[in-house]
Amino acid sequence: MAAEEHKLAIFRGLLKFKSNQQKIWGVLIFLSIVTTIEVALGIIKPEILSGSFLRMKILNWIFIILTIVKAYYIAWDFMHIRDEKGGLKNAIVLPLVILIPYLAFILLIEADYIFDVMETGFVAWNF
Amino acid sequence: MEVTAKASTEEGPVWEGGNKPFNASYGKLMMWFFIVSDALTFTGFLVAYGFSRFKNINSWPIADEVFTHFPFLHGIDAPMYYVALMTFVLIFSSVTMVLAVDAGHHMQKAKVTFYMLLTVIGGAIFVGSQAWEWKNFIKGEYGALETKGGQILQFVNSDTGKRAAIQEFAQGIDSPRTTHQLSNGIWYKSETSLPTVSLAEVNKGFAASSNLVIRTEQLDEKGRKVVLSRGESLLKIQDATIVVEGANLIRNEYGNRLFADFFFFITGFHGFHVFSGVVINIIIFFNVIVGTYERRGHYEMVEKVGLYWHFVDLVWVFVFTFFYLV
Repeated sequence: MAAEEHKLAIFRGLLKFKSNQQKIWGVLIFLSIVTTIEVALGIIKPEILSGSFLRMKILNWIFIILTIVKAYYIAWDFMHIRDEKGGLKNAIVLPLVILIPYLAFILLIEADYIFDVMETGFVAWNF
Repeated sequence: MEVTAKASTEEGPVWEGGNKPFNASYGKLMMWFFIVSDALTFTGFLVAYGFSRFKNINSWPIADEVFTHFPFLHGIDAPMYYVALMTFVLIFSSVTMVLAVDAGHHMQKAKVTFYMLLTVIGGAIFVGSQAWEWKNFIKGEYGALETKGGQILQFVNSDTGKRAAIQEFAQGIDSPRTTHQLSNGIWYKSETSLPTVSLAEVNKGFAASSNLVIRTEQLDEKGRKVVLSRGESLLKIQDATIVVEGANLIRNEYGNRLFADFFFFITGFHGFHVFSGVVINIIIFFNVIVGTYERRGHYEMVEKVGLYWHFVDLVWVFVFTFFYLV
């Protein structure tokens, strides 16, 4: 297959690569930068980001968002979803995008409730 | 027909496998469906981890205090550096894989061989690193006591604020207790190896050194572990029932029991995926060398294995976030 048949633009066309190999290296650099930011934040743990948003630390929200960004570029450029037909793209991505947040939502809400019960109940857990 | 390698079947009838839905071959579609279902399996694991963590949100172990080892840097506190390195290794082996797929599209056998070899090496380094992480985790570092209620008590030197190892401050008392073996006791009872120090020895050493205090599992508002005063510590240590060194599936010195269980289960399951990925990559590597795909006319097999390999990388990105960062 000729290289011209790949879609070579990332960041919504902001960055265009000349060949598929170049795009691969470009995505690697991007993923490395994101990972470095994550690790640096994880080690420093800036005091400003320790505030809470929706019962979770802002720092943790940043980690999760950066992870999803990384997952997007791995799937879209390394696994070539960018080059697949729309139907296949949806068949792969939609079940995951719907089911994973759904499961996470239910179980985390339930866990938070159990935490409240254990915290405010009359049974001592730490003895 | 963008990135897919040209399959051997030409355009034929609609039925009897003649056409290709979504412009992807049968094998590639099935690999994608497997990946989707496997992704949901990992979701189940990680969400179960989240469940246990939210349930114990004020007493969960702090990951960067647990994973602080780096090869050849003994005694130096290096939180997460090694895991970050492992992440880079896996991302890099993902890149060599995608380069192999790209070379396959251009039918460059030598390049595919070289990149597949690099991918295999990267995967092997990752699995080895994972084994090393497990070894450190199982061995433990400071040791701890467990109370009747299953809470872990760790020790801190109140002068320096650093963790104190029970093996160092425990004071030996002459104890005749040895590990029970099948040969010298009741034949139907067995016992795993005893901890290096006994509870009485830890108690004696703790009473003798006045600068030691107990650190509990509980977290304060800032997310740090609560450290008791010396007086509270002397009371608290009376609740201890057992010495815990390192980690196993029943208890671990880092804190909540579920923490070690999930660590073994999730990183183990992921490590198993990496291991099978390495094995499959080796098979494909030899197939490339003997020219199987050259004769077949396309390198689509490399692409399918590549999908699996990238998926393993993708899962690690999430495991890394939820186990080590968050």
